Amino acid sequence: MKYTERFDGRKFDELRPVSAEVGVVKNALGSAKFAIGKSVAIAAVYGPRELHPRFKQNPETGMLRCTYNMVAFSGSGNRVRPGPSRRSKEISLVTTEALAPVLDLTEFPKAAVDVFIELIQTDAGTRCAGICAASLAIADAGFPMKDLVAAVSCGIVGDTPVLDLNYDEEAYEGGAVDIPVAMMPRKEQITLLQLDGKLTKEQLKAALKLAKKGCKDLYEVQRAALRAKYQGERR
Amino acid sequence: MGELLIKENEKKIVVPGEVLATGMDYLPASGAFREDDKIISSLLGIASTNGRLVKVVPLNGPYVPKLGDTVIGRIADVNYSNWFVDIGYAYDASLTMKEATSEFIPRGADISEIFALNDLLVLKITNVTRSKAIDVSLRGPGLRGLRGGKVVNVMATKVPRIVGKQGSMIGMIKDMTGCDIVAGQNGRIWISGQDPESEKLATDAVRLIEDESHVSGLTDRVKAFMEKARGEKK
Repeated sequence: MKYTERFDGRKFDELRPVSAEVGVVKNALGSAKFAIGKSVAIAAVYGPRELHPRFKQNPETGMLRCTYNMVAFSGSGNRVRPGPSRRSKEISLVTTEALAPVLDLTEFPKAAVDVFIELIQTDAGTRCAGICAASLAIADAGFPMKDLVAAVSCGIVGDTPVLDLNYDEEAYEGGAVDIPVAMMPRKEQITLLQLDGKLTKEQLKAALKLAKKGCKDLYEVQRAALRAKYQGERR
Repeated sequence: MGELLIKENEKKIVVPGEVLATGMDYLPASGAFREDDKIISSLLGIASTNGRLVKVVPLNGPYVPKLGDTVIGRIADVNYSNWFVDIGYAYDASLTMKEATSEFIPRGADISEIFALNDLLVLKITNVTRSKAIDVSLRGPGLRGLRGGKVVNVMATKVPRIVGKQGSMIGMIKDMTGCDIVAGQNGRIWISGQDPESEKLATDAVRLIEDESHVSGLTDRVKAFMEKARGEKK
């Protein structure tokens, strides 16, 4: 089946409207809110703190722990059951692994740094929104990082490569493949790539090309958000 | 030929991963690192240069204990011959009997009579191991137990601004409020005054510095703030 026009009228290589804000949770060392379309993520960073169980402590470096959670009202009407599930534990793990390569915690041996990611509204692409928010929150907290991490989903809807799928596209009856991608934009290194579905090598390449462009655009939004926290007050 | 991408006195806010300079003419200092021929920021902070060195001063950040730091700690645990002190790091610091007091302590004495749980102390960090096991001492000028007063928690990165050059800022707050103030480099500020009002004023001044430390003309603004507050009281 041919997918010739997107449900929400976007171009095939166009992101949904994006907004980012840093410092939204005052109690946390660092925090950020990241919204892409109707998906909204809030991330807060705490620590470094004691790490238990003790066998997980690494005397060389600290440990990053990310927790992904969808809040009860975040879906489209049906109550989402919050707390750990098979899905949220997997996403917590891949989020941690997507952010770990940029983060340098050698100053905090044996300790843990906690990143809590809450999705207050969801419309597909939530793990990517969560990663973008978490990356901003960690930078806001003042931990040394090699780069920020930007993440967006790309995929194939029908036969067409598209950027940043929304829920309607993910559920397209002609078949859809959703590929979340996280990237360190400066060196264009990929830190997360998940794929579930059938597609050709050419389609994957076309989709990743879109994701790369999307991540670069998101990186600019992230940079602007970090600067805005301090430049707004500047005279 | 290298090129500097930040202006010398601009105090530009940079984000992690931002390229600060290219070429081998410049060297990365704290908050920056070299990658191929580029110097890149690793922090969200203010970039500056000192000769060939390019550094980034962080705007926010957790406290990292360093040898020689003066910190404010709270007794977290009392053992037979030592105390564990919470100094605002992930793990508690150890204070031995020998480092705590010069008094004679008989065998089997209850050392919580010297310092009990939750007592506040001004301490110096005497040892930090590679895995960040920390030893602290009470032997040294200005190191002591604190009685009364209150503790204000600020970002550890802002403490140098609260103290000011040669203690100018903290001296001004002390003079204008009459409070006794001790600034710990771990981001804990102990304030003890004659009355709650002066403690409140000193706290507000500290908070003002914390919020606006990256904006220039800080001393004047803090002074104006305190003069205004005192004027309103009269």
